[in-house]
Amino acid sequence: MDGGLIVSIYVFVLAIFAGFELINRVPPLLHTPLMSGANAISGITLVGALISAGAGESGLSTILGFLAIIFATINVVGGFLVTDRMLEMFKKEDKKK
Amino acid sequence: MNLLINIFYLVSISLFILGLKDLSSPKTARRGNLLSMLAMFIAVVVTLFDKQIIDYYYIIAGVIIGGGIGLVTAKKVKMTAMPQMVALFNAFGGIASALVVLAQFIRYPDQLTVSGSVTTVLTMFIGMLTFTGSVVAFAKLQELIKSAPVVFPGFKVVNLLFHLAILVLMVLFVINPEKSGIKDLLGLLILSSIVGITLVIPIGGADMPVVIALLNSYSGLAAAASGFVIGNYVLIVSGAIVGASGLILTNLMCKAMNRSLTNVLFGAVGQEISGGEHAGKKPVTRYTPVDAAMILENAQSVIIVPGYGLAVAQAQYALQDMVELLKKNNTEVSYAIHPVAGRMPGHMNVLLAEANVPYDLLKDMDEINEEFQTTDVVLVVGANDVINPAAREKGNPLSGMPILNVDQAQSIIIIKRSLSPGFAGVDNELFYDPKTMMVFGDAKDMLMKIGSSLKKDI
Repeated sequence: MDGGLIVSIYVFVLAIFAGFELINRVPPLLHTPLMSGANAISGITLVGALISAGAGESGLSTILGFLAIIFATINVVGGFLVTDRMLEMFKKEDKKK
Repeated sequence: MNLLINIFYLVSISLFILGLKDLSSPKTARRGNLLSMLAMFIAVVVTLFDKQIIDYYYIIAGVIIGGGIGLVTAKKVKMTAMPQMVALFNAFGGIASALVVLAQFIRYPDQLTVSGSVTTVLTMFIGMLTFTGSVVAFAKLQELIKSAPVVFPGFKVVNLLFHLAILVLMVLFVINPEKSGIKDLLGLLILSSIVGITLVIPIGGADMPVVIALLNSYSGLAAAASGFVIGNYVLIVSGAIVGASGLILTNLMCKAMNRSLTNVLFGAVGQEISGGEHAGKKPVTRYTPVDAAMILENAQSVIIVPGYGLAVAQAQYALQDMVELLKKNNTEVSYAIHPVAGRMPGHMNVLLAEANVPYDLLKDMDEINEEFQTTDVVLVVGANDVINPAAREKGNPLSGMPILNVDQAQSIIIIKRSLSPGFAGVDNELFYDPKTMMVFGDAKDMLMKIGSSLKKDI
């Protein structure tokens, strides 16, 4: 198990570095869509919620999982759609070109 | 089967990264968002094949309810309300992660390793703090509660005690999760919720861009921490990337306001300031919209500096109409966007894009600051502190804040209701500069008047 933990920490730290590299390249122009998009991605916790809600156990853990699914899905669906709505508005000037 | 699931998770992670890479240019950004959607879809569908899942009833119900709410919110929300919406979504992400680890503990109370219990308490703490903190941020931005900082005597002591109590509960849980684990976790849930409120309630409305970015980061970290608990790399990687993203934006916003994060969080800046003492003492050049139109008509190059006042007055469209006329007159027009021009990072760009301003005309501060010297006219609408030259001097609240070099332009037109100082409470000497023409009035009204007088001449 501790071996698994070490691997998880490696993955976490490397992902943080990758995140810094990726996000530093996003221009200020797109910072709001970046935030709403990142917001949607943090709804990935939905994956965990699915397992809690679908384990077929009756009782508290299923209810908590069910609530977590609702919250996470709002986050995912709302976040991605509103980001798309914003990005659709960014247009280049017609005349040049 | 497990291997296959993990391979698909890897595909999903890769797509998230490619999607974020596409966000580096407005040309590819939309495709990038679609890639992230696909990544999420793959991760969710693959998870449904997990052998632990045997009952789909609650899953389908939850996804339909959540998806419906998300869909309606995303379609209905106004672009000016984007900061509130992001705050609220951060809240949902935070609580979802906290609920997931709580459910996990209830299912397997006796299977916790030390690392499992450490990450469980961390997820509870970050998740619930993000939840209540974001709800308070939402309420402030939506003006459901007073946006000014709320502080009371002894605040710091009480806050410290809460944190100590949280630490004690965390240690108790980690030492012996089986003994009174659920009670510890519920105590942690309540205390973390309180700490989230006490974190955000003393922060003033104008500092909300920093707070939202920070809570955005936390919601990612909560997801990553819950990934440790349930042993899922997709959660760890995606959560870590969101955490990094939020931290970068937090840092950028702090720099743009020349404040440290500690100062934003604990400074309680932004009490009501009685300013404007100077008003009326020094001579001001007053112009009518018709005069302003004439100046703009004769200019070769114009830079527009929009501030949040523009959005408050709902004047983006009037501005865009006016700019179209100037372009017809062969005037070169661009927009100078200060990082804190809106209520969240990049907010002003979205508001202008909505009003059909092409994105190649939107220039950020570093890109355009050199150009002011060679510009005929700068038109300032609803901005104040971000153009105040006092920021270059020492010994005032604005000192050191990066500003737009508006004062270097040939002439300046400022549309504003009065001479009152901005949020920082520092008088703006630019208003009294001989080359500055003040047009007093409502931004939308004045821009429409300038527009109609341009229309007559062009």
